[in-house]
Amino acid sequence: MSDTLYYLLIIVGVLVVMLTIAALLIWYERRMLALWQDRYGPNRVGPFGLMQVMADMVKIFFKEDWIAPFADKWVFIFAPTIIVVAVLLGFAVVPFAPGIVVADMNIGLLYFLAMSSLGAYSILLGGISSNNKYSLLGSLRGAAQVISYEVFMGISLMGVVILSDSFSLVKIVEAQKNMWFVIPQFIGFVIFFIAGVAETHRAPFDLPEAESELVAGFHSEYSGMKFGMFFVGEYLGITLISAMIATFFFGGWLGPSFLPPVVWFFIKTFAFITLFILLRASLPRPRYDQLMSLGWKILLPLSLVNLLVTAAIKLAIGG
Amino acid sequence: MFSILRSLWLTFLHTFHKRFTIQYPEEKAKLPARWRGRIVLTRDPDGAERCVACYLCAAACPVDCISLQAAEDETGRRYPEFFRINFSRCIFCGFCEDACPTYAIQLTPDFELVEYDRQNLVYEKENLLISGPGKYHDYNFYRVAGYAVGGKGKGEAEREDPPIDIHDLKP
Amino acid sequence: MVKITIDGNVYEVDPKDNLLQTILSLGLDLPYFCWHPALGSVGSCRQCAVKKYSGEDDQKGRIVMACMEPVVDGMRISVNDPEVKDFRANIIELLMTNHPHDCPVCDEGGECHLQDVTLMSGHNYRQFDFNKRTHNNQYLGPFINHEMNRCIQCYRCVRFYREYAGGRDFNVFSSRNRVFFGRYEDGVLENEFSGNLAEVCPTGVFTDKTYKQHFTRKWDLTTAPSICHNCSLGCNIIAGERYGTIRRIASRYNGKVNGYFICDRGRFGYEYVNSDQRIREPLRRGQASGRLEPVDRETVFNYFKKIFDKKPRLLGIGSPKASLESNHALQMLVGKENFFAGVSAVEHQLTLKAIQILKEGPAEVPSLRETEKADTVLILGEDVTNTAPMLALSLRQASRQKPMELPIKMNVPTWHEMAVLELMQDERSPFFVLTPTETKLDDIATAVYRNAPDNIARLAHAVAHYIDSAAPEVENLSEEETELVKQIAENLLSSKQPLIVSGTSCLNESLLEAAANITRALKKRQKSPWIFLTVPEANSVGLALLDEKDLNQAIEKALSDSYDALIILENDLYRRIEEDKANKLFDAFEHVIVLHYLHNSTTDKANLVVPVGPFSESDGTLVNNEGRAQRFYQVFYPGDSVKESWRWLGQIITGHGLNGRSELSKLDDFIEALVRDFPELKAVKDLAPNADFRIAGQKIPRQSHRYSGRTSMNANVNVSEPKPPEDEDSPMSFTMEGYQGMPPSPFISRFWYPGWNSVQAVNKFQIEVGGALRGGDPGLRVFEPQTDSDAPYYTRIPEAFKPQKDQWFAIPVFHIFGSDELSIYTPGVAELAPKPYLLLNQKDAESFSGEKVNVLLDGKQIELTVKTSSSFPSGMVGIPFGLPEMKIFKFPNWVKISG
Repeated sequence: MSDTLYYLLIIVGVLVVMLTIAALLIWYERRMLALWQDRYGPNRVGPFGLMQVMADMVKIFFKEDWIAPFADKWVFIFAPTIIVVAVLLGFAVVPFAPGIVVADMNIGLLYFLAMSSLGAYSILLGGISSNNKYSLLGSLRGAAQVISYEVFMGISLMGVVILSDSFSLVKIVEAQKNMWFVIPQFIGFVIFFIAGVAETHRAPFDLPEAESELVAGFHSEYSGMKFGMFFVGEYLGITLISAMIATFFFGGWLGPSFLPPVVWFFIKTFAFITLFILLRASLPRPRYDQLMSLGWKILLPLSLVNLLVTAAIKLAIGG
Repeated sequence: MFSILRSLWLTFLHTFHKRFTIQYPEEKAKLPARWRGRIVLTRDPDGAERCVACYLCAAACPVDCISLQAAEDETGRRYPEFFRINFSRCIFCGFCEDACPTYAIQLTPDFELVEYDRQNLVYEKENLLISGPGKYHDYNFYRVAGYAVGGKGKGEAEREDPPIDIHDLKP
Repeated sequence: MVKITIDGNVYEVDPKDNLLQTILSLGLDLPYFCWHPALGSVGSCRQCAVKKYSGEDDQKGRIVMACMEPVVDGMRISVNDPEVKDFRANIIELLMTNHPHDCPVCDEGGECHLQDVTLMSGHNYRQFDFNKRTHNNQYLGPFINHEMNRCIQCYRCVRFYREYAGGRDFNVFSSRNRVFFGRYEDGVLENEFSGNLAEVCPTGVFTDKTYKQHFTRKWDLTTAPSICHNCSLGCNIIAGERYGTIRRIASRYNGKVNGYFICDRGRFGYEYVNSDQRIREPLRRGQASGRLEPVDRETVFNYFKKIFDKKPRLLGIGSPKASLESNHALQMLVGKENFFAGVSAVEHQLTLKAIQILKEGPAEVPSLRETEKADTVLILGEDVTNTAPMLALSLRQASRQKPMELPIKMNVPTWHEMAVLELMQDERSPFFVLTPTETKLDDIATAVYRNAPDNIARLAHAVAHYIDSAAPEVENLSEEETELVKQIAENLLSSKQPLIVSGTSCLNESLLEAAANITRALKKRQKSPWIFLTVPEANSVGLALLDEKDLNQAIEKALSDSYDALIILENDLYRRIEEDKANKLFDAFEHVIVLHYLHNSTTDKANLVVPVGPFSESDGTLVNNEGRAQRFYQVFYPGDSVKESWRWLGQIITGHGLNGRSELSKLDDFIEALVRDFPELKAVKDLAPNADFRIAGQKIPRQSHRYSGRTSMNANVNVSEPKPPEDEDSPMSFTMEGYQGMPPSPFISRFWYPGWNSVQAVNKFQIEVGGALRGGDPGLRVFEPQTDSDAPYYTRIPEAFKPQKDQWFAIPVFHIFGSDELSIYTPGVAELAPKPYLLLNQKDAESFSGEKVNVLLDGKQIELTVKTSSSFPSGMVGIPFGLPEMKIFKFPNWVKISG
């Protein structure tokens, strides 16, 4: 009984915290971008402009919920929910702290990869159902991009799996007690980070929505809260990837004991979120063919080499 | 690769830069005299209306937001019977000021034109006419034009000879 | 055709024109000032310089003035040679040294030939650093403004005014750069064509004074092609509107009708359209107040509905000032048998007679502009300067036709104005003016003959008899008269192209018959004479073609039959018939419905006044004196109350299911109905493309591409701009949206061409400069004379006029300013209109003591100032026609005077 209640509490807690973080990220990103562009960003509504989030929410809820008459109506409505649901499901395996995890599965890592790939459907369906050439181009790019980067995203994590001997995220974190995996698996970290950026199609890999070429890409036709879902999905995705980087390579909740583990986890996560924003603030968007050749010609071979070398070392040392 | 990291670092350094944003309305921006803001009609150094209702501002206006009607007083001086600018259409391009041959229409560094009712953005001559010469202090169109108006007859403008006596038969 | 080379390109051209005209006809740009296609070349401005090479090997060439250069085969010239361009730039710089800096306050600015040419020549920076010469201006009357400082001494004004229009009170004074163009002293310009100075002057020395009162730049005018309503000639005009009022009238070139010019009544007589007497909303006579009170549109229809409840009989009275479509719409509403032309019996009979004569032939009917080519002119009874002014201008050109034979014989080109004038000296074509009153054409007349209309008719019949003895003989002519008959007849017989001019203003049928007899006699002698007859009003001929019944018959019918309502179309009956007759007519009706645009004595009698558009606010077709149908178009949309007469009537017809055949809502429907009922008017349908016509899928805009103030002009009323009105009646739009290129000739609403902002842009609209407009001049004849007919002679010779002892024969005296019903609303026209007077022979006047006499007319005494003339026939009195101060419209009439 109390177990059920406990899990329910964690589930609700994770949901609430994650959604709040996603919402606050809107404010956080705007403030950070402004900071790096020598501006202030939203600073008028509430303390530090924090209520800007509320204002934006109110606005987005009250916007006309328009469905393009030429769109495939049901798919069009359904598409934005996929990304939010998929990313939220991904959080199920995130170990926030010892004991604070929704489901410590023994295949947690695979589960995370599976969930993050599901997001591709959202882009694909949203773009195709819009029945608009820009949306279609955006979704084609999105699908190709996600599928390509999916491959070595998984491969890059195999080094971590080899080192920790487990697919369970809790075990992976615990395996980093002595040394964060970022040191032995630095190449794996870099590849995973790049793949994560591509997976969440954040700048500089935001080609599916490249506004200078495709209006707004796959969500050109979306407005109101449906657009808001894509938006929230994107920020949830950033948070998830950041949390995963922290978990796989930076020891998750581990840290000196003057702060509780959950705080360490969030500090690390936020550091990567900030890095994501810094990327957006500083890097231009590559061409689509550059993106693809980077993935297939450099990152994939690199990740395979990384996997082989890691496995070989592991064999040599641990036998 | 290195350049990517370098640009990340340079961007990050902006964390410590001073911010350019001016916190309007608590702080006000210092605007140059040639700022293109609210349009005014000015007067010549003698205090008379500068506008001679030549319609060039209206013709130059790309959004057609200026309309006027020429009239003439008993001394022959031209002035606008009405002069209307629809600021809700104005794009503050300043073409009217460029077109004006008498320096009558001028743009000022006042951009705070906000109304709840769009109708209030329609300015008539009494809203536009100011009591001074604006940016150009000395110019008086009728002093250089060969047109006789009250207080200035034929041949009394700058660089003009007195009117010819056509009955004079001297070669 | 000869071949010439211009800047390396070979062109095949007709050598009849000078080089400048040829270059312009080819569509090339060459600046000029003093040359004008109607005025010829004098070579004084030195602006049209081109380089002429003597042969293939000549590399140097020499600069010549294109306007003074005949076109010869194989000539090689350069327009764009750097040296000659430089020359032109220098010349314009010199011309501009004294031109003042006042373009912003100049009415010509924006349509100034000087501005265009300065830009075209490439002079854009003034180096002249010395004082400018100045001039004092003159007061030149209510129509023309003088600003002499702007003059560049091209001499066009004085050449037009003195040589072309025959004015004597305007000249050039002083010498060198002090040259002054003006009158001897301040005063009103006497010539009736002075308004053209505003268009002839290449800059702003002479400008339209009425336009100045409510000045608007050319690009801000909403303009439409229109037809002048002020006399029967149907000159083409362009009417321009801004802010809901008509701002000016400009001449619209028509190579067949008015050419480049219009008269002052046509140009300035438009202000009734803006008058405060305008009716702008429906009015109904209140039951209680007895006054006309404003009502809404629905009330008008309800009023008719009430009348139509009991199968009414309606009496309709048309108007010679209203369009064919409006008159026909009324005819459809009331039925043909109940429709009457709204003109007096005598006027209508004369108009019908004139049409009959024109149709029967065998004389050919020239167009107004063609009359310039006649080389012998005989005017019978008509003071054309005052009844059909532009005809006087054309006839003045005809007076140069015969002496022009000399320059032609001596191989001097006809466009070489100075040489031609030198050769001609004071030589004139044979020109005979036979009128009761003095005319402005007397100065060019070979002989004048002043007598009573009947006597003029007798003399004319005698001329016919002299030419062909089969024509009826006239007895008891004096020796002098016989001598004159002989002189006229001999001249007519020896001429190449004789022209007989007569008209209705003497109200004498014999005059028209005599004119016809002369042409028939000339035809018998193997001549091909021209006849040109003037009629009273703009659409007199059109109205007469629709119906032969006049006002007197209407009154008889109204009094003998029982009618329910009287509908009067754009007409003031008190100007057509005597007051008591009109009163009798109105008293016979319970319902008097008047469609009009101005308050007048007739609307005072109305129970319901329907606001209709004058020429500027309606479309329609007029038929001029020679039978030429011409379309005029609405200039602007006057709001929802004022509608065209035909539209109101059409709505009433359709509303009560009276037409039963087709829809009547658009102009094209009415034209269709008109042509169905009157197949002889089928040309009306072909005057212009119908409302569905589009160029490149677009309408033709009435506004220029630089129309300004669209988002501001109505912003004081409502900041949200209203939807612009749509025109379903014509292929023209009321806005600037549409095809901005060159429209078909019936839709030319402004003369503008890139680089040519002034009216000189008309060159680009003509196939050949001075010739027909591209696509042909608009307007079509509804009837042509039967040139091979063998119409018999009119045999009725009137009795010689005998003065009577106690009564005087009154004839109307027409005035260009004053006799017309509508133009008098222009303050300037009213200022120039004569004060009421009575014209008497000097000897006759001696029998009265005072300066004033009492005239007894229809039982009413009117006191009038006496004006005397030594040549006015004895036993007659002349009464100025149509002056608002004296409403005498019963002519011809015997009156009693005492004093």
